[in-house]
Amino acid sequence: MASFTVVKQEEFEAQQEKGSAHVLRCLTSGLSCLTRQDGSVSLSQGDTTSIAVVYGPAEVRINKEQIDKATVEVIFRPKVGLSRPEHRKQERIMRNTLEPAIEAHLHPRSSISIIIQETEDLGSNLACCINSACLALLDAAINMNYMVAAVSVAVKENEDMVLDPSKQVEKEAKSIITYVFDSVNYQIVTIASTGSFSRVQHMEALKLAREASKSVFQFYRESVAKKLLMSE
Amino acid sequence: MAAPIGNVVIPGDIFSFTQLKSTDDAKKILLGPGLKENDLEIKVIRPGILRYRKPGVYWVDCHHKRYIPSKGESVIGIVNQKVGDIFRVDIGGSEQASLSYLSFEGATKRNRPDVKVGDIIYAKLLVANKDMEPEIVCIDSYGRSSGMGVIRNGGFLFHTSLNLARKLLNPQCILLKTLGNRFQFEITVGINGRVWVKAHSDIQTIAIVNAIVASEYKDNDQIKEMCKRISKAVSRMEVD
Repeated sequence: MASFTVVKQEEFEAQQEKGSAHVLRCLTSGLSCLTRQDGSVSLSQGDTTSIAVVYGPAEVRINKEQIDKATVEVIFRPKVGLSRPEHRKQERIMRNTLEPAIEAHLHPRSSISIIIQETEDLGSNLACCINSACLALLDAAINMNYMVAAVSVAVKENEDMVLDPSKQVEKEAKSIITYVFDSVNYQIVTIASTGSFSRVQHMEALKLAREASKSVFQFYRESVAKKLLMSE
Repeated sequence: MAAPIGNVVIPGDIFSFTQLKSTDDAKKILLGPGLKENDLEIKVIRPGILRYRKPGVYWVDCHHKRYIPSKGESVIGIVNQKVGDIFRVDIGGSEQASLSYLSFEGATKRNRPDVKVGDIIYAKLLVANKDMEPEIVCIDSYGRSSGMGVIRNGGFLFHTSLNLARKLLNPQCILLKTLGNRFQFEITVGINGRVWVKAHSDIQTIAIVNAIVASEYKDNDQIKEMCKRISKAVSRMEVD
């Protein structure tokens, strides 16, 4: 059920030491980690982890019912306390990202709910949440047009780019941009950014993130293959 | 390059028609669940294993827990509500199915069937459409019950993944036969992933349930081995 890539602490530090920091932190996932949900996954990107579960296509509340397609709802639960406006914004970003990816018209008058529990935020939290939501949708075998992969890039004060930044880097960075790509043409689905950056920086960050997203898609394929081939 | 039959495919993978045709002489190609025609290409929309059957049938075999009703399938449902002349039955889909009180064997306006809220029902889907409420019946087209109806007298109902339910119903799966050699029990398997079991004692029932749940990722040899171990353990427990 689980697929693990083990990276030794020293190796990880060595990677960080290299300075280029143009690598993703190691990804690990456990598909179907919970039993009662239709799809569930716990994903960690480096030290940032989240658990996502999917219910669907399930019964929908009458006031949210859409007669031509499924209602997609995303609920984000922070590690501590109640969800605040910033979490609402994050929910909205994730919903707008995932809804076009899902073939919602195949299940009219039903709901597909995605619940994401943040378990540890040590940088690139939004990217981790989007990736875990996508993996949970794959685990529930929801019909999808394409998959999405999110990658964060931080632009430091000294104009350096850091891919998949950790909390420390995020704090010191001038701006943080999260790109979401689709799995077919690697086109942009969503951009969420904070801080200021130039056009040139944006183009450079985009190129970096696009390359990195390919390894995320490869990771999805491996995770799903491990789960499915278990029964073979 | 031929289509990767037996391999894992994920949403967004694209095949051309020639890729699928090269493995097949059939003139027509039939796309099953998980595949979609998109212009001149075939797109995968579900993660799973690509399967092929002659002549020219392709589909994606995936691991599901949520049931999507489909016409003619036999399911196990739980009666949730009684509204006038119909019962609302939970069959695990996105909507509750409706069941008319007249669709039981021998039921007439005067002679109503004895169905209460909370009863377990084994029924067949008469209407299953993504835009409509599913409807189930407990009779075949000749008006006979043919095994369907309310399941009474105790027993134990549990949920499994849809793959496991399909595996149990597959004639090539030896689990039920092997268990049947060692225990006496009644079983009803709904294609919606619900299984009802009743054996002579609670110990046996629990043992059978455990055997079924554990068999999801086991092949026939492993199943035989497991049944042997379970029957030994049960006979020891029953002596105590």
